[in-house]
Amino acid sequence: MKIVYPKEEVCMACRLCEVACITEHSKSKDTLKAYKKENPAPLSRTLVEEIFPGLSVSVMCRHCSDAPCIEACFTSAMHRLALSEVEGKPDGRVIVNEPKCVGCWMCIMACPFGVIKRNQYIGEGQGDNPLNPPLLRGKGKGQEIKVKLSSKCDLCPDRSIPACVEACPNKALVHEERN
Amino acid sequence: MKYLIIGNSAAAAGAVEAIRRNDKRNSITIISDEPHHVYSRPLISYLLAGHTKEDKMYYRDENFYKENNVETVFNKRVTAVDTKKKQVILNNKGQGTRGKGQVIDYDKLLIATGGIPFIPPIKGKDRKNVYTFTKWSDAAEILQVSKNVKKAVVIGAGMIGLKAIEGLTAIGIDVTVVELAPEVLSRALDRDASRIVQRKMEEAGVEVITNNEVVEITGKGNVANGVVLRDKKKIKCDLVIVAIGVIPNTVFIKNSGIKINRGVVVDERMETSVKGVYAAGDVAEALNMLTNEKMPIPIWPLAYRQGGIAGDNMSGGSFVYKGGFPMNSIEFPGVPTISIGIIDPRGEGYESIVKNDAANGNYKRIIIKNERLVGAILVGADVDRAGILTGLIKEQTPVTAFKDKLLDRNFGFVSMPKDLRKERLGRAI
Repeated sequence: MKIVYPKEEVCMACRLCEVACITEHSKSKDTLKAYKKENPAPLSRTLVEEIFPGLSVSVMCRHCSDAPCIEACFTSAMHRLALSEVEGKPDGRVIVNEPKCVGCWMCIMACPFGVIKRNQYIGEGQGDNPLNPPLLRGKGKGQEIKVKLSSKCDLCPDRSIPACVEACPNKALVHEERN
Repeated sequence: MKYLIIGNSAAAAGAVEAIRRNDKRNSITIISDEPHHVYSRPLISYLLAGHTKEDKMYYRDENFYKENNVETVFNKRVTAVDTKKKQVILNNKGQGTRGKGQVIDYDKLLIATGGIPFIPPIKGKDRKNVYTFTKWSDAAEILQVSKNVKKAVVIGAGMIGLKAIEGLTAIGIDVTVVELAPEVLSRALDRDASRIVQRKMEEAGVEVITNNEVVEITGKGNVANGVVLRDKKKIKCDLVIVAIGVIPNTVFIKNSGIKINRGVVVDERMETSVKGVYAAGDVAEALNMLTNEKMPIPIWPLAYRQGGIAGDNMSGGSFVYKGGFPMNSIEFPGVPTISIGIIDPRGEGYESIVKNDAANGNYKRIIIKNERLVGAILVGADVDRAGILTGLIKEQTPVTAFKDKLLDRNFGFVSMPKDLRKERLGRAI
């Protein structure tokens, strides 16, 4: 299947893929609102790994054919989409059924690429960095908003080309099928 | 051809799905001593806590049996397996010997009966309000009595005990836990990691008593009202949960000729010593690829995998089990913890590297043998990319070239040699 592959030779660690990912998975699809206003706001499902200077690579889900995260998930929140919701075509994406996820982190323990993000970002307006979310938000016992949620790349179901690929100014991310 | 599966959890679901990839026609029957559609046992602590509602307990959707053409026999207990006649003998649950004699034939049998709680011979263990904590009915019954419960004693501070504590504290029940070992989670963590978890538990108001054990459960009438510890200390309580561990559920096959060691011994196709009879999941004794020994490793991911391999071989396939290793993820509120592989190395040739930031609740320990990772303990923020380590253990990748980077919080693919990184990230998996 077509997934996103990184090309480290032309990655310059600008992190626009992360910005595009957060925007795409926000409610408003507006970058500024996604970062500053939305509650909860999404996490980026791709991670730019970097050793300064000179080496960086954007890493995200490989949608493995034999996915350890699916095997590890006891709620069945992590699952493979057999048919795409949009066109009813055969699919193969590994995605999270968010209401079922309880944040047990079995998938995080199992994923050999380390590309599943822990927790949902609950913003309180300005000052909080979506890339470094707090664990709990809300006031008073029992009033906290659930932040335990596994987030991962869903290959942007509403797009033909994933947002990160489109946003990359250097074509350091490619959307293609390989063997 | 008739496929028969005893048990109805992860291994059974994996087997059904594998059988139906190979064989759409022949009948599959699942026998369970519970009344439920296939559900997730690890969710019972979330159910108790109120974090999961009943409709989210199911592991597969409501059409699972219908779509896979599976017949179910619920609320029945298998009392014996006759491997010569290829039959299992059933009893109605709780009926003793009444109803004895109902028989189901099979051609291929899967034993996927999981584990049963181990209950030591503590005086008073049969009193009311003494529970174990491994299945739906345990959580449901505890919930039912919970409004009259202010204080609980949990016996055992392992995985099950901690899950029980999490559930109980979430609904406002005060908990004391009594653990025989010197530390909490002693089989999953080392001492330093355990101390971080224990501190968080104590900060959350849980009383933790280690190096001690419950010798008696006292009662008023027949209802539990307290425990007595080895050192004669008495603790009043309204509820006791025995959470010492689980043992493979093999009682019903004792006289069947199927070889049992600690669990049901299986080969790489998950077949037992009797041809046509397979075992998978917590009941099975399969290969630990890190120690090269066969042992039960009662964790969900391996149960599902083993079930799939058994199902495939039952239906003409040839999948092989390459072995597994223990791993677990548990989060006591505020302190996520992941334990992978060998965490208590004994013998020669092991090297251990540690980063202990206990003050901030973070801890990372990596265990290496023959240039390869064999284990890891991660506490706090260090859990975030734990799976990369799991992958290195599974693939037995030599790590000497990047050993000095393994403890970094930001350890990732950029820490690895370029050819390894490109090989991992550049192809379809």
